[in-house]
Amino acid sequence: MLNKIVNSLATAVADVRDGATILVGGFGGAGVPEGLITALLRQGTKDLTLIHNNAGRDETSIAPLIKHDRVAKLICTFPEAKTAYIFRDKFLAGKIKLELVPQGTLAERIRAGGSGIEGFYTPTGVGTEVAEGKDRREINGVMCILEYGLRADFAFVRARLGDRWGNLVYNQASRNFNPMMAMAGKIAIAEVDDVVELGGLNPEHVVTPGIFVQRVVKTENLNG
Amino acid sequence: MANTPRTPLKREQIARRIAQDFADGAIVNLGIGMPTLAANYIPAGREILFHSENGLLGFGPAPEKGKEDPNLVNAGKEFVTMLPGGCFFHQADSFSMTRGKHVDVAVLGGMQVNPRGDLANWKIKGAELGSIGGAMDIARGAKQVFVAMTHTTNKGEPKIVNELTYPITALKCVTRIYTDIAVIDVGPNGLVLREVAPGYSAADVQAVTEPKLTYEKEPAVIAI
Repeated sequence: MLNKIVNSLATAVADVRDGATILVGGFGGAGVPEGLITALLRQGTKDLTLIHNNAGRDETSIAPLIKHDRVAKLICTFPEAKTAYIFRDKFLAGKIKLELVPQGTLAERIRAGGSGIEGFYTPTGVGTEVAEGKDRREINGVMCILEYGLRADFAFVRARLGDRWGNLVYNQASRNFNPMMAMAGKIAIAEVDDVVELGGLNPEHVVTPGIFVQRVVKTENLNG
Repeated sequence: MANTPRTPLKREQIARRIAQDFADGAIVNLGIGMPTLAANYIPAGREILFHSENGLLGFGPAPEKGKEDPNLVNAGKEFVTMLPGGCFFHQADSFSMTRGKHVDVAVLGGMQVNPRGDLANWKIKGAELGSIGGAMDIARGAKQVFVAMTHTTNKGEPKIVNELTYPITALKCVTRIYTDIAVIDVGPNGLVLREVAPGYSAADVQAVTEPKLTYEKEPAVIAI
C-alpha cells in the first residue's frame, strides 16, 4: 500500500541532518510551512542551506532558524525588508551567507531542477550585478545569462489538503513557490490543514500530483 | 499659463495620470508603493486585469475590515480580494506570464532612468543589502514598463540621468516615465517630453533633468 502519511511534524523532519539543503515554500506570511520549521528548530539541526523567497518575517517563517544560527546560507530574492531584521543583523555580522536571485529566475531554477533541466539561458539579470561571473550568450538576438537548476535534499511545503498518495491542493495565494519546490526536493514533505481519503480530491483539481511528494503530515500548533 | 503657480503632482495624482494610460482589457502588474495606488483610479468603463507576482490574476480591492484572509495577499503582502473570473497559479507560472511577455504593462518605482530606458530601482547606491524580488524579471518581461517616481531626489538631484550610478535592474526596458512634474516617453532617439505639471514650462523640467529632452511644441499640461 502506498501511504505517505506521517503521524507528526517531528517524525516528518527527523532525518533532516546537519548540512542539509532545504527548499522552504511561502511568500511573505502566506504558504509558509511554519510547523515543519518549528519541528526542525526543536530538533537542533544546523549548518542548513535554505532556499526561500524572503529572509524571515519578524519572529516567524524562517526567522527563528536564522536567529538560532542554524542557517549557514540563504538563497532568496528579498533579503532587505523591515520585517527581516534578524537576517540583517546576522548577515552584517558575517554569520550567514547570501545568494541573491531574481524571483522569476529562482522560480524557474527550482522548476528546472525538479524537471531534470540542468540549466537555461534567460535575459533576466543581463547587465546587472546578478550576471557577474555567469556565462553570457546571445540567442535569437537576445542577450542571455546561464542559470542552473536548483535541487535540494528536502522541500518543506504548505498545502491545504493532501491524500495518502501525496496529491495536494493549496489555499489561494499560499500556493506560490510550494508546487515547484515539491518537484525539486529529493524528499518533499507537505504540511497540510487536513488529510483526505483517496478520491477526496477531484482529479481535475489536483495541483501537485502525488509523484512529487514523499510525506504528508497534518499541521499541529507547536507554539500554542 | 504664465501666472499659474508651479504645482507638482501629489502621489495620488501621479497614480491617477498613470491609470489613464491603461487600455481597456489590459493585463497590468503594479509594483509596491506609488504604483499600487494606480488601481484606485481606473477610468470608468475600462476593465483591467491586475497580475501579482505571487500568483494572482484578476484580483480586486482590499477586503472589508474583519474579512482579511492571510492566504490572500498581493506582492506587497497587502490583503486583497478576488474578482469573479480571477485565478491562482504558482510562482513559475506567474513569472512565465511576465518573462514570457504576456503582461501588457508593468508600473514600477524608480531610483534612476537613463535615455536608453535602463532602470535602477532595487538597491540604494553603496547599501549592503537590497531586495530584487520580481523587479528584474518584470522590468525585462513586460511589454511596456511605466516608471513612477519623483522627478528629483529629496536633495534635488535629477533621477533622470545620462548614466546610471545606482545598481541596475534591467537594460532598455522603460517606455514611459511619470513624475510629479512631467510625463516623458523613452523613444528610439532619447527622451521626449509629452506633458508638464501645472505652472511648469519645458525649460523648468529640462533644468532638473540631466539628459536633453526633446519636444515638438510646448508640452500639454497634465490633466488631473
